[in-house]
Amino acid sequence: MSVGLHQVTKRFGDVVAVDRIDLEIADGEFFSLLGPSGCGKTTTLRMIAGLEFPTEGSITIFGEEVALVPPNHRPVNTVFQSYALFPHMTVAENVAFGLEMRKVPREEVRRRVADAIDLVRLTGMADRKPDQLSGGQQQRVALARALVNRPKVLLLDEPLGALDLKLRQAMQIELKDIQREVGITFVYVTHDQEEALTMSDRICVMNEGRVLQVGTPEEIYERPTSRFVADFIGETNFLDAVVTGPGRVRIGDTEVRVATDAAAGTRLTVMLRPEKLQIHAPDEPVAEDRNRLEGRIRHRLYYGDALEYEVELPSGEVLDVRMENVPSHRRWGPGEEVAVSFRHDAADALTE
Amino acid sequence: MSRRAGTSKNADRVLSLHGLVVFAFLYVPIGLLVFFSFSDSASLNVWGGWSLRWYRRMFDNGPLLTSIRNSVVVALVSTVVSTVLGTAAAIALERYRRWLGKRTFDALLYLPVIIPDVTMGVMLLMWFTTIGWRLSLTTIILSHIAFNISFVAIVVRARLAGLDPALEEAAMDLYADRWRAFRRVTLPLIAPGIAGGALLALTLSLDDVVITSLVQGPGSTTLPVFVFGLIKRQVTPEINAVSTVMLVASIVLVFGSLAFQRRKSDSVQ
Amino acid sequence: MTRLTESHPEGLERGHERAEARRGFLHALPAYLYLVVFFALPLVIVFVFSFASRSRTGKPVLADWNLESYQRLFEPVVAQIILRSLWLAVLNTVLCLLIGYPFAYWLATRRSAARRAVLLVLVLIPFWSNFLVRTYAWRVLLGEHGFVTEVGRALGLWDKLLFTQPAVFLGLLYGYLPFMVLPLYAALERMDWSLVEAARDLYASGLTAFRRVTLPLSKPGIIAGSILVFVPSLGAYVTPDILGGAKTTLIGNYVVRQFGAARNWPFGAALSFVILVAMLVATIVYFRTEARTL
Repeated sequence: MSVGLHQVTKRFGDVVAVDRIDLEIADGEFFSLLGPSGCGKTTTLRMIAGLEFPTEGSITIFGEEVALVPPNHRPVNTVFQSYALFPHMTVAENVAFGLEMRKVPREEVRRRVADAIDLVRLTGMADRKPDQLSGGQQQRVALARALVNRPKVLLLDEPLGALDLKLRQAMQIELKDIQREVGITFVYVTHDQEEALTMSDRICVMNEGRVLQVGTPEEIYERPTSRFVADFIGETNFLDAVVTGPGRVRIGDTEVRVATDAAAGTRLTVMLRPEKLQIHAPDEPVAEDRNRLEGRIRHRLYYGDALEYEVELPSGEVLDVRMENVPSHRRWGPGEEVAVSFRHDAADALTE
Repeated sequence: MSRRAGTSKNADRVLSLHGLVVFAFLYVPIGLLVFFSFSDSASLNVWGGWSLRWYRRMFDNGPLLTSIRNSVVVALVSTVVSTVLGTAAAIALERYRRWLGKRTFDALLYLPVIIPDVTMGVMLLMWFTTIGWRLSLTTIILSHIAFNISFVAIVVRARLAGLDPALEEAAMDLYADRWRAFRRVTLPLIAPGIAGGALLALTLSLDDVVITSLVQGPGSTTLPVFVFGLIKRQVTPEINAVSTVMLVASIVLVFGSLAFQRRKSDSVQ
Repeated sequence: MTRLTESHPEGLERGHERAEARRGFLHALPAYLYLVVFFALPLVIVFVFSFASRSRTGKPVLADWNLESYQRLFEPVVAQIILRSLWLAVLNTVLCLLIGYPFAYWLATRRSAARRAVLLVLVLIPFWSNFLVRTYAWRVLLGEHGFVTEVGRALGLWDKLLFTQPAVFLGLLYGYLPFMVLPLYAALERMDWSLVEAARDLYASGLTAFRRVTLPLSKPGIIAGSILVFVPSLGAYVTPDILGGAKTTLIGNYVVRQFGAARNWPFGAALSFVILVAMLVATIVYFRTEARTL
């Protein structure tokens, strides 16, 4: 375990920013803290960095208790959201700063700085000032400045937040490559669920200072344990249902099969991802392992690579259905009566 | 066309004319003052040909030179002390979340800025007399520090407020202790603000008449107070010469402060 | 794993926060002490002495506490000086605003940034120039054979302005106009001019757009400028002393006279206190009205 948080609470006056959280982050893991703004993810990261001290609880880094250790005595480095590059220093001076503070011999500083600048592919930019660099380049300097110290854990606070979409996607891949190359733990704060899904080994979803779920991207996306997580990660349809028997629930007037062990009569929410639904003509037969609901098309939205339909069920609830834009796909127009199908194991039942 | 949105062409013409009149109003009086300082005539309004005689006379005027020396001493000492104290105060207010008496101090720091000079001078005069201090150059310096601290603190504080706190955090994260984070990161970045505050303090100190004339002792007159006395006695072109020198000093300070402001915009994103 | 919580019932970070608070306090301490000794205590002394009685040398005697100094404020001569000062300060503030606003607007609406920068420097020079010297310039212009005097005589408008109230007023206007222009310029310069375009787009005339958009958005500049002009105008000493005469005494000169020729310190203290209160009231009223209209 590289980083461990045990019952950590942080209060600012009367405001509880982080509420008794427990985390265990494995060595070499790319671990993301994901949640909406104000959920406590940044405060958690800052406590690991030593920029805030917890009100209660214990924080360990490689087994050593660090809850009250100041940041300059911790084996971690941070990539700040604003990058926090020193504007009066060149790229090389920025990158060398940490090594100088630790009194690393000058010759070694020179070598390691050059290596770090190469690592983030900024060769030849060493003598520029931060304001002569693009946003993406500044981001790389921030990364080099942290990595050059060979921290045991690298903390990243929404490092790609200020970049535009294309650059962000390129940097996601690059960050992942760098992490594989240096092999250290990355703790990554983001509010962008897609970023968390594509980059992380594991994700911790937080809301209102609490940890809601920790798991691999697949686990978080496919098997969310709460409505909040299901809603925050990707798009989801929620349908009210009542349990009628083992593995069976009723949605409106239709009985469907869903994996649940709740007792008959329990009210629950059935969660369906739009891309796991399919639209058929009302008279078209549906495969054995699929459930079937009837409805009527309300809207069709064209996305280029996909089409999204809003299907109104007899109960008045609306299902979003996302279908890939493939040549064989028949298009449906508003007002048409249709059937919607999904595999038995595609739905999740949440009792809350 | 040199206007931005919202003004019609005619309105802009009227505004331009007004602008030129205001500039004339601001510059003609001091322009004439400078011009006649180079006149050979003893009259303030009649041109007597080019001459430096009033400048020569100025440099032969012993009491005047003493007052210049006093002014320089007062301005330098009060600027140095108030810059150090004011900068520390700005850091305390801007970088430390809570401490004993912070709000009181905040209010106390702003009062000397908005209090009229006369009141400030009277307060200090009464205070020095009450505690039994003889009025001298020292009391002038002490008084100038009292009003300059606030101006320095306000200027430095504005600069600090514009500085991303993450910069200091980044320094600490990169193994700098508190002192080295300040010296290597904060100080170079707020230096233009400190210099700007110091220049303001220097100017205010060199300008002050009212407070100084109340708290000065025998033989401790500063230049503006001395010139003030001359003006009240009799106006001569020699005063024009002294005034021109003082104007040049002011203009040097303006360009000094502008140079620092330029550096300011260079180094803050 | 050691549990630290038990030993820190009020929160682990408390010790650290206390150390931070101590550090902040220590940074402020020198300036704090200085301002207490050379500002706060003198302020208290002025207040105390304004109730003291006067000795033969003019210095206060710390006995026989009385309200005499404050009663004198209502004597016609004194009241007249106070009212004249208030009137001139208000008039000067209003005129500086009326002249300074279109001027600042003109500066801020020049399209070329380089040109704006040059014009700004031209405003900064009088702003930073020595106040006494600038006042002296008018002493010359208004004097016998002075430029303004000659022009007035030629046009038959005035014979001599020096040592009259208009001269004092002209000096105040000249002295403090840059103090009004700079904050106004700062407010107008950073204004988002697309808002004015939006108002025009929504059928506002040029004047309406100015009244409903530009003016309200430049209010912070108006407040700052007004305070910067009003406060020193009210306490003016140099200007009335150089350009004014016996009939144009303002409260600033009158106060200083109590510590010189008139030798009445308690009365001088009371007058200083009146200036201070007037200044505070004006500032507060200004901010209040502002808060209401926003």
